[in-house]
This record gives sequence, C-alpha cells and structure tokens, in this order.
Amino acid sequence: MVETLRPRRRFRQPSVIPGFGLTFGYALTCLGLVVLLPLAALVARASGLGLSGILEVASDPRVASALKVSFGVSLVAALVASVFGFLVAWVLTRYRFPGRRLVDAVVDLPFALPTAVAGIALASLYAPNGLVGEQLEKIGIKAAYTPVGIFIAMVFIGLPFAVRTVQPLIAEIDKEIEEASATLGATRWRTLTRVVLPPLIPAVLTGFALAFARGVGEYGSIIFIAGNLPYVSEIAPLLIVIKLSEFDYGGAAAIATIMLAISFLTLLLINLIQAWSRRRFGYV
Amino acid sequence: MSTRHETKPGRRSLLTGLALAACLAAAPAMAAETALLNVSYDPTRELYRDINTAFAEYWKAKTGETVTVRASHGGSGSQARTVIDGVDADVVTLGIPSDIDAIAKLTKKIPADWRQRQPNEGLPYTSTVVFLVRKGNPKGIKDWDDLAKPDIKVITPNPKTSAGGRWNFLAAWGYAYTKDKDAEKANAFVGQLYKNVPVLDTGARGSTVTFAQRGLGDVLPAWENEAFLVFDEFGRDKFDIVVPPTSIYAEPPVALVDANVDRKGTRKQAEGYLAFLYTDQAQAIFAKHHYRPSKREAAKKEDLALLPEIKLFKIEDLQGNWDDIQKNFDNGGLFDQLSKAGR
Amino acid sequence: MSETLVPASFAAADRAAAPPASVVTEGGSVRWLLTGVAILFLALFLVLPLVTVFAQAFAKGFDAYLAAFREPDAWSAIRLTLTVAAIAVPFNLVFGVAASWAIAKFEFVGKSLLITLIDLPFSVSPVVSGLIYVLLFGSQGLFGVFLAEHGIQILFALPGIVLATIFVTFPFVARELIPLMQEQGTAEEEAALTLGASGFHTFLTVTLPNIRWGLLYSVLLCNARAMGEFGAVSVVSGHIRGLTNTIPLHVEILYNEYNFVAAFAVATVLAGLALVTLVIKSVLEWRYADELASGRAH
Repeated sequence: MVETLRPRRRFRQPSVIPGFGLTFGYALTCLGLVVLLPLAALVARASGLGLSGILEVASDPRVASALKVSFGVSLVAALVASVFGFLVAWVLTRYRFPGRRLVDAVVDLPFALPTAVAGIALASLYAPNGLVGEQLEKIGIKAAYTPVGIFIAMVFIGLPFAVRTVQPLIAEIDKEIEEASATLGATRWRTLTRVVLPPLIPAVLTGFALAFARGVGEYGSIIFIAGNLPYVSEIAPLLIVIKLSEFDYGGAAAIATIMLAISFLTLLLINLIQAWSRRRFGYV
Repeated sequence: MSTRHETKPGRRSLLTGLALAACLAAAPAMAAETALLNVSYDPTRELYRDINTAFAEYWKAKTGETVTVRASHGGSGSQARTVIDGVDADVVTLGIPSDIDAIAKLTKKIPADWRQRQPNEGLPYTSTVVFLVRKGNPKGIKDWDDLAKPDIKVITPNPKTSAGGRWNFLAAWGYAYTKDKDAEKANAFVGQLYKNVPVLDTGARGSTVTFAQRGLGDVLPAWENEAFLVFDEFGRDKFDIVVPPTSIYAEPPVALVDANVDRKGTRKQAEGYLAFLYTDQAQAIFAKHHYRPSKREAAKKEDLALLPEIKLFKIEDLQGNWDDIQKNFDNGGLFDQLSKAGR
Repeated sequence: MSETLVPASFAAADRAAAPPASVVTEGGSVRWLLTGVAILFLALFLVLPLVTVFAQAFAKGFDAYLAAFREPDAWSAIRLTLTVAAIAVPFNLVFGVAASWAIAKFEFVGKSLLITLIDLPFSVSPVVSGLIYVLLFGSQGLFGVFLAEHGIQILFALPGIVLATIFVTFPFVARELIPLMQEQGTAEEEAALTLGASGFHTFLTVTLPNIRWGLLYSVLLCNARAMGEFGAVSVVSGHIRGLTNTIPLHVEILYNEYNFVAAFAVATVLAGLALVTLVIKSVLEWRYADELASGRAH
C-alpha cells in the first residue's frame, strides 16, 4: 500500500519511512468520524436556520450578552492567567527554593481535577459564608454568584495552559545572551524587556489563546459559582443547555456554531503564531 | 536511548495497559432484569426512593414478579428533553404539565390526551409554594407583596430550566392578577420581584443550596416538601416557614410513555406503577414527604397537619390553557421581556 | 541511560538557577517577592480548592466519609467511569500514535489544518461536545429514526457516554506526541529501515522507546480528563441512577441531595486520581526531563 502511495502523490514529499497511508488514513478516519461528522451535523442543524437565522439568534439581547460575558470574562481571565502564569513559569525555572517541585506539580492540578469537583469546591470557598468569600466580603468584593466568580473559575482552568506553554522556553533561554546584554551595560530590567521577553512572546500568546479558548467553553466549574443571572452572569454554554431544555435545538445549534467558529479561529491563530515564531525564532 | 533491550519495558507496559483496558471493557456493565425507568424532576429524589421500594414489594406480593424501578432526576425541562431525545422512560413524573405536553407534541410517544388517562388529571399529588425565610423572619416577610420590596433578596431558580422556577413565577403572577385582575399590573409586579433575584440557579435544588448552604438571600419561595426537607437537612433552628394567605395549586403530573412501554413490553408493569401511585399506601408516602395527596383520607393525621389550608388558585383559571401558560417562558415570552426590561 | 541522565539534568538545572553573578538574575529581594507572589497565587487559586474537597469530605468524620461508598449507586458510577475510560483512552492512544506518526514523520500539504482540526475538541465547549451527539443520535437527530427502528441505543447509554468522552479527550495523546516525534526526526527510523527492519518492527523497537514516557504522560492526562468529564457527559447521559451516572455526575447528584459530605467524599476519588496522576507525571518529568521537554507545551 505504501508502494502504491509513495510514488506520485504530490501532496506528500517522498520519504523512506513507511506507514504514511495506513496512519494517515486511520487518523483521518477517526478524525472524520469522531470530530468532523458530529461537528458537521451541528453546522448542518444551524444552517437550517440560514445565516440570517443564526445572526438573529446571536443578536437576541440575551444571547448577545451571554456571549459577551463568556468572551469578555474569559479574555480578562486569560490575561490574568498569562501574567501570573508567566511569573509562575519564571519562578519555577529560574529560582531554586524548597518545595519547588511540589509547586511545579501543583500547576497541573486543573488539568487533572474534574471541573465539577472544582466547581463545587470553588463555590463553597468563595460563597459569602465561605473561607475566602467571607474575607472578600469584608473588603467589599462579592466573588461567588457574580462575574467575579466566573473569572475565578476561568483563571483556575486556564492557568496551567499559560504556565506550561512558556515554561520550556524559559528553560531554553541561552544565558550567554543575557550575560552579553549585561556586559554591554544594560540594566537587568532592560535585559529582561529587550532581550529575554521578545522571543517568549509567541509562547505567551499561545498560552493566552489556549486559556482563552478553554475559558470561553467552560461549563462544569462555572455554573456552580456564577449565579447564572441573564444579562449579568449567564455564560454562553449555559444558554445552550437552556435552549436544549426549551426544546429549541436550532437555537442551541446556532449558539454552538458561533462558539465553534470562534474556537476554530482562535486555534488557527495559535497555529499561525507558532508557524510565525518558528520562522522568526527557529523554535516554537 | 535507542538500544534494543530498552524497548521492553515500554512495550510491556503498553501491552499490559491494553490488556487491562480490554478486561475492564469486557466486564458486564448492565444486567438483564425487568426494570422500569421513571424520569422525574429534581426534588422528588427522596420521595421516589421510598415509592419505588414500596412498589417493588407491592408488585411482588401482587404478581410474583420482581420489578425494579430506576429513577432519573434533573431539571424538569432537561428531563423532558432527554425523553424527547430517546431516553427509554416507561413513565414520566415531571414538575409541570407543559413539559409532558412537549414530549407529546414533539415525539407522539405520549398521546395528546394524556391528562385524561389517569385519575385526578394525572396528579397523584399536588403541592403549593410557601416561603422559607431565615430564623425569626428578620425581614418580616408575610405575603407575596413583600417579595417585591426593594431591600429583599429572593432566591428562585431560572423558570426557563426549572419547573419549580416556573411555578414560583406563575404563583407571583397569579397572586398579583387575582388581586387586581389586571395583567399589566401583574407583569409589572413580577418584573419588580425578579429584580430582587441575585442568583438564578438552573434547578430548584441549586436554589435551595444557594439559600440554605451558601447563606444568600432573605426568602426562598419553595414547594412545601422542599421547605420541610431543608428543615430536616439543614436544621430547624436556622429557618422558618412562612405560609402566605394565597398561593398556587402546583400540579406535578404523571404519564405513561406509550411508545416506550410497548417497545419494551413493560406496559403492564408501568401501568401498575402509575396505578400504585393512587393507592392508599402511596398516598400516605406522599403526605409523609410533605406533598398534598389527592386522597387526603389515606394520609396520616400528623402529616396532614403540616399542610395548612390556604387559598389556592389554579393558574389555568387565570391564564387559559397550558399552551398559553408555557408561552410566558418561551423565547421572547413574558419572562424574557421582563428580564430585558429589568436591566 | 536513565542513570546517567538524571544527575546531568539536575546539574543543568542547578547551573541555570544558581546565581553566578547578579547580571543574569534578579536581586535577592525581588526573587523572594516574585517567588512569594507566585506561590501565594497558586495556593489561593489551585491548592485551596483541592484542600476544600478533602476538608469537606471528612467534615463529619471518617465514618460519614465511608458511608458514601456503601451506596451501590456510587459503585455503579465508579464502574461506569472505569469502563468508559477503558474504552476511550486506548482508542485515543491508538489514534494519537497513528496521527503523530503521519504528521511528524512526513511532510504533506495541509498539515497545519490537520493539526488544527485535531486540536479543535480542546477548545470546543464540553456542552457543545455533548450537543453534537444529541443532534446526531437523538430521536430528533440525523440518525434518530434509523437507530430507533433498529432498536439501537446510543444516547443515554454507554456508547453515547464513550463517544462524548472520546471527543473531549481526542487531542490529548496526539498533541503530546507530535512535537516529541517532530523533535526526534526520522534519522533513527531511517537507519533501522536501511538495516532491513520492517516498518512495524522499526516502530516497536526504535520509535516507541523514544516516545514511551511522553506516551505514558499523555495517557495519564487523557485518563484523568476522561474520568472527570462533566459537561459533555451530562448532556448525553440521561442521569439514570445506577445505570448512566458517571462519578462526576454522581457527585452532582449527591450535592443536589444536600448530601455534601458524600458528594465531596466521592469527589475525593477523582481528586485522588488527579493527585496520583500528578505524582506519576512529576516523577516522569524529574527522571526523564529531557525526553519530555519538547512535549510539555501543549
């Protein structure tokens, strides 16, 4: 099969390694059946409404505000996760301190901890009578059942993405460049902002985009802590669930399609950033 | 790192993993038995646990057959949605008639005249909405009017996803409408009340947790059974129940899913199950769980004593048929208009 | 190789961290400040929720904790979750290896698009992941009538839960292996092939040993996510007690029954799984840091 494929398939460059047909075919079949076919069913269902129908669903004020909450809060949360994620990654790779490895392991907790478990734990912590919520209440911040709650849940699930995308690159930075910069008289701050940071930007952006994409779609950990008020703290995935319990399959599919399109664009953007940085800096 | 002897551990662990996975996958997941599935709504978990056990004994004594009844719980609307999408429910016991209407309309698995096929319009029990307040009733909440006052925080579930939320909405609306017979005024009252809602949980259970466990809000309009359950679970020393002078006649109906029982061959057992709900034994269990039994004489006196006589209105008498009532909650309906106007 | 590698990597880390001169690091007080802020942030956002789970689970003592596991429903949820993971994870394992072989070892048109598509489930909302199968297999869905006529139950039964789980964990293995295999290039495989090894033999003896730790690492994360998935499974499960409730759904049910101790107790099973995952993963990273280095960023 390899022999029949290899010679003149233009779309692939020749190679002595076998198995392209088998693995490519298998991967594509799985991808098609598990991901593309169901997603196509979704888009087909939504397109039954027509483009104008989808736009009408999206411009419904309640849907629009839910999308705004999901994307807006996720943007802020991804930003915060990126800043602190960078800090955490920097501290973990550059400094030595007791318990560093433990802290390093902790970063992956949101990857491994189920979202529903995280949701009830966060809700009981940040509720007005919870451990943290009580303290926040004293300084006038209402966390749970407001958009702040959504923000907290989104930072929780987005943080590991932000840390893990920059961490390996910080580890790879060539110290000699920093030494050179310092030798040439640059202050530490100037070295950091002018020499160290620029090559890391693509990775930071990638982490940001991943955290953002996860936050936008997150459901399990948020509904317990969000308050779910229309126009205030109602997230788009919840609105899909609501549409489903209203038996409005078309509406649910339309919101899902809008979210899907934005996810796809975000991912495409990430891959473009990575391709660009590969050209620009020679690594991802 | 690519020397040959090092291949083994990797391969072995992979193979072991796969073998283990295969074993687990082959383990029998479900055993065959005569099982009925009752798709119900959120707050009936404790109730149907008792009912289902009692029915299994009753049926065994009556016919000699072993039947187990499984239950599924969730928001009434999403439960109806799963039946529409193909859950093998033999009977549905949902929170509001319009959810069963939706199944009948969208799938024809239930005939449109389902309410006529059971005694008492498919209502083995009913309930009403009362107020759960903090101990000592610090805000002095007595009647529905108080819920729309500016400094009151009301915890109620989202009427779009929760049947309990819809009953609360309808109760508030019905209260205002019976007073003035003016739909516009009733709309304005309900709009004012929902401005006092800081959290809209997706299910009645979520709202109770928010109110009782998280300490949010001054009042939780809830069904009697739910209010008493909070007493039992969270302690009587923390809450009081306030019974308003008038409230709604809440109707959680039951129906047979004809298409499913005929396919599964469980019609006899499923019909037996629904009939059982109207027996004295089941009626006493309803009262024990603080629901209002359709046959009061079957219930124990001390259980009935907890369910005071209050003036109940039927929402059908005020808003016409259930098709019209449901329109309040449809996309762009009254609830949407009010929450839009409220922001 | 592992024996010599470990000290080497430690040495490298030490070199990186030990301040030979202040020119390549920040001042001592700044360092402590940054470290403090980072740890405080992690403690507040990540550790505290985990601690809460355990604290609440044991809030009423050990007996109350154990009582949660005397419920047959808890065990059927655990059994279902194990079954689902046992099907979904190997599926994604085989897919991931095949996909990363095709992507990493060959150059072809449309590779970026393919990678993006594989990544897609990462950023699709779990709710949407459930919804798509409802639209496909529900009675009102594309194949609904066909399935009903043939008496095939996909939704609200094991197949539907497995499919939704496969979907949400789809990219895990492939995403980990692709950069790893790209990094390693094709030279070793080409050498083995030139020496006359068959393709499959080359894969088993050359490629697999190179990627085994990355593979194990990704399988662990894939497994943790598969067992913990909530949103997608909740849409397709039907919530039938003792039949289609997975562990996360059972946690939600107990929570909604005001049985908080039991809810958090069952949640500790998943939290424990998460901890075990993290421990194994960390051990892998410390010992095989170099092999994993390129695969960490996903």
